[in-house]
Amino acid sequence: MKFGVVVFPGSNCDLDSYYMVKDVLKQPVEYLWHRDKDLKGVDCVILPGGFTYGDYLRPGAIAGFSPLVESVKEFAHKGGLVLGICNGFQVLTEAGLLPGALYLNISLQFRCVFTYLKVENNRTPFTNLTEDRALKIPVAHGDGNYYADPETLTELEKNGRIVFRYCNPEGEVTKEANPNGSLDNIAGICNEKGNVLGMMPHPERAGEELLGSDDGKIIFDSILKFWGEN
Amino acid sequence: MKPEIWHQLGVKDQEFEMIVNILGREPNYVELSMYSVMWSEHCSYKNSKNTLKLFPTENERILLGPGENAGIVDIGDGLAVVFKVESHNHPSAIEPYQGAATGVGGIIRDIFTMGARPVALLNSLRFGPLEDAKIRWLFGGVVSGIAGYGNCIGIPTVGGEVYFDGSYSGNPLVNVMCVGIMDQEKISLGQAKGTGNSVILVGARTGRDGIHGVTFASEELGEESEEKRPAVQVGDPFMEKLLIEACLELIDMGVIVGIQDLGGAGLTCATSEMASRAGTGMEIDISLVPRREEGMLPFEVMISESQERMLLVVEKESEELVKKVFDRWELSATVIGRVTDDKMVRVKEKGEVVAEMPAKSLADEAPVYCPEMKTPSYIEEVCRLTHSKIPEPADPEEVFLKIITSPNIASKEWVYRQYDHMVRTCTVVLPGSDAAVLRIRGTKKGIAVTIDGNGRYAYLDPYLGGITAVAEAARNLVCTGAEPLAVTDCLNFGNPEKPEIFWQFYKAVEGMSKACQEFNTPVVGGNVSFYNETAKGAIFPTPVVGMVGLLEDLDQRCTIDYKEEGDHILLAGQGEPTAGGSEYLSIIHDLLEGCPPEIDLEQEIKFQNFILEAIRAGLVSSAHDLSQGGLAVALAEGCFKNSLGVQVKLSAERDIRWDILLFGEVQSRAVLSIKPDKYIEIMELADKKGVPLKQIGEVKGKDFNLEVTGPEMRKAINLPLEEIIEKWRGAIECMMEL
Repeated sequence: MKFGVVVFPGSNCDLDSYYMVKDVLKQPVEYLWHRDKDLKGVDCVILPGGFTYGDYLRPGAIAGFSPLVESVKEFAHKGGLVLGICNGFQVLTEAGLLPGALYLNISLQFRCVFTYLKVENNRTPFTNLTEDRALKIPVAHGDGNYYADPETLTELEKNGRIVFRYCNPEGEVTKEANPNGSLDNIAGICNEKGNVLGMMPHPERAGEELLGSDDGKIIFDSILKFWGEN
Repeated sequence: MKPEIWHQLGVKDQEFEMIVNILGREPNYVELSMYSVMWSEHCSYKNSKNTLKLFPTENERILLGPGENAGIVDIGDGLAVVFKVESHNHPSAIEPYQGAATGVGGIIRDIFTMGARPVALLNSLRFGPLEDAKIRWLFGGVVSGIAGYGNCIGIPTVGGEVYFDGSYSGNPLVNVMCVGIMDQEKISLGQAKGTGNSVILVGARTGRDGIHGVTFASEELGEESEEKRPAVQVGDPFMEKLLIEACLELIDMGVIVGIQDLGGAGLTCATSEMASRAGTGMEIDISLVPRREEGMLPFEVMISESQERMLLVVEKESEELVKKVFDRWELSATVIGRVTDDKMVRVKEKGEVVAEMPAKSLADEAPVYCPEMKTPSYIEEVCRLTHSKIPEPADPEEVFLKIITSPNIASKEWVYRQYDHMVRTCTVVLPGSDAAVLRIRGTKKGIAVTIDGNGRYAYLDPYLGGITAVAEAARNLVCTGAEPLAVTDCLNFGNPEKPEIFWQFYKAVEGMSKACQEFNTPVVGGNVSFYNETAKGAIFPTPVVGMVGLLEDLDQRCTIDYKEEGDHILLAGQGEPTAGGSEYLSIIHDLLEGCPPEIDLEQEIKFQNFILEAIRAGLVSSAHDLSQGGLAVALAEGCFKNSLGVQVKLSAERDIRWDILLFGEVQSRAVLSIKPDKYIEIMELADKKGVPLKQIGEVKGKDFNLEVTGPEMRKAINLPLEEIIEKWRGAIECMMEL
């Protein structure tokens, strides 16, 4: 299975996603340059974390208009797998591939901490291998406070599109476990078809025990399993 | 020219005379401005140069010592580690966010200029007490400035230290360190070689920000300092991220002849230093320099400290390639001049010469001063501390809780959770340990990095303070399983023109040099920051040591936290704890007195060898050196991460007081935890190495249980770990919410 990692000016977790796929998952992976339109025949596109265009207008706002994102939209509409991590999630909301928005953290500060995630939907291509326990995966962002209007939220709830919520190590969704003040502790959502996932936590930073957790690998393994079965 | 003009620029009368002699005429205003910035203390080290010669700067691992933008150390496999620390104290005092942010930006440029990929940031910070609202503003601003820049650029901030003391109230310290990894074949230097080669200015446009920044850094802070806010530059981490990628791409292609960042003193510094190092000259036309604003005068263009700019020297044929790479990263690259062979820096504006002077005179021929020295009168008074001046406290638990919640000892999580310390997925030991450890991809190796200093010790005894700053940093590395390699130093002092201050400086450097010599950890670069004082006086003399160590096998790393119930707790090393200069004395008794802990360097080296060997042999589950707060704090710090309690029993030998035994500070000692089945082996190793080692307790339960018994005396701390952790973790956050 071939992965592509998008590089925008200001991406800085591109390398981490790249090595996650190459060294841990041991799958082919290529960088995709933001100005190109060619997705190089990849089976899954990863929009990595970082500060595209410095995040100066709004996180992800300018990146949403790049030529490559046009191709990613087409790819997604055809059912291609797209994983937006952190800034990548912000880009997906700005590009209209996912609903809602990511506001400034309620603390008004950047947060880099390990969080625990409750998997609310284990039938997505990204979570099919998850078990009934909290995943230990870190966050690192200043704007991760997810918001959606009440109608959208209801729709997300009803259709199982809320994929992850912040929880404590025991799996309980509590206020204390929420690092950024996001609505209903939302940490990740997917589109209607389930092929596009946006999440604030960084699974690529939790791919090896050496880094404090390898729970993030489950998400990548799930992608492989889904691809193998389809 | 009227004397007021050069006085305003901080140029002394005799210095003006020197300039006239060099040029054979009076300088014009552009030239005077250029000399004033290059001859400032910040750029020329004119007061410190002679003293810095005391530092050892070479050994078999050192590929490049001081003199270039950063030092380079061989770590085998064709790889090298590049690192440097720099201060941004004065800018941060008046504009904390941008002051700190641009400090980070500057030190990162120093690293990638050498051809290295920056992989880690550290910082060492000093502020006044947090009870003061302005201090909280400064502290909060500096931390978010460091976070804002480092997080955006994608280099993890993996470690550091923060101390609070009244001496830093008007003059905080912001020292930032960057570490890079490089292929030894890719070393690039700041040299303008090759007559006729092109000089290219890349990156951000030039504006009026940071005019006279280095002059501002070379004087005391006063009432009018607030007005110097425009001397503080504004950072753009996004621009710098692009600069890193573009420059490293070009270095990789091998087209760079010379490269230097534009930091303090801007274009003036880059042109004169690059030419001087190569023994060439440089001619530039500033009308070609892309500007941020209209109407800038030549002197403003030449000394502007606008950030995120670099100066490249390449062969003429490579111009197009440079432009192509920079265009891909959406950055500008403008040819502004040529390398010449007449050894002059010649500045033109639209073809007309506006400044012309020997490159060497700017870069290397600043006057060198040997300031007067005098032992300060306080020195004799402070060492008269006797135990009778320290009333014995009644309740050990109360003392312990006060110390553990002192902002100097309390958890710094409030700080480092704002820093992205994981990006690049190489941080293997995260902040909160003795040193951070990073893996080096593609090898089994790792590097450990730390930054450390103790202004209180250095105030009480600058020589000893200098020695112990180096020893403490080395111990931090050794406790992670790394072999210390080399040092970068940041020397923060008051006004060197005051003999008492210069004495502190000289003594501290002497002490550091002695320790660096003994540990075989040369100084490969650093920074001197003088004039850290306000009307209320100077800061504590604060030599800060940044150190890098090597782990040949990353699997042999060690952390400070206890791993398993039932493990033995051992105390290694020797040395008598003392109240002198301790956190205990300061927090509980409000005294700043005494001699800081003595150190026997021979014993210290034996001790470090033992710890390192024990860790490498896999005998040790955790290791943590005794530092501020003494034995009680070191024992507690091992409990926090895994919430594992301890039961420790100590017997007070001789007539040592329990409070000094528990909270007094000492060198050359560490708390280790081991699996019970390693006991015999580690005792034998300690014996062989000549290092005292004894069991004092075990990892047990969920309480922190520490008991001292002596003749007719029994004192105990017995507290639920949960309570200690909550207070320790929340202390700084609580104060920031005041």
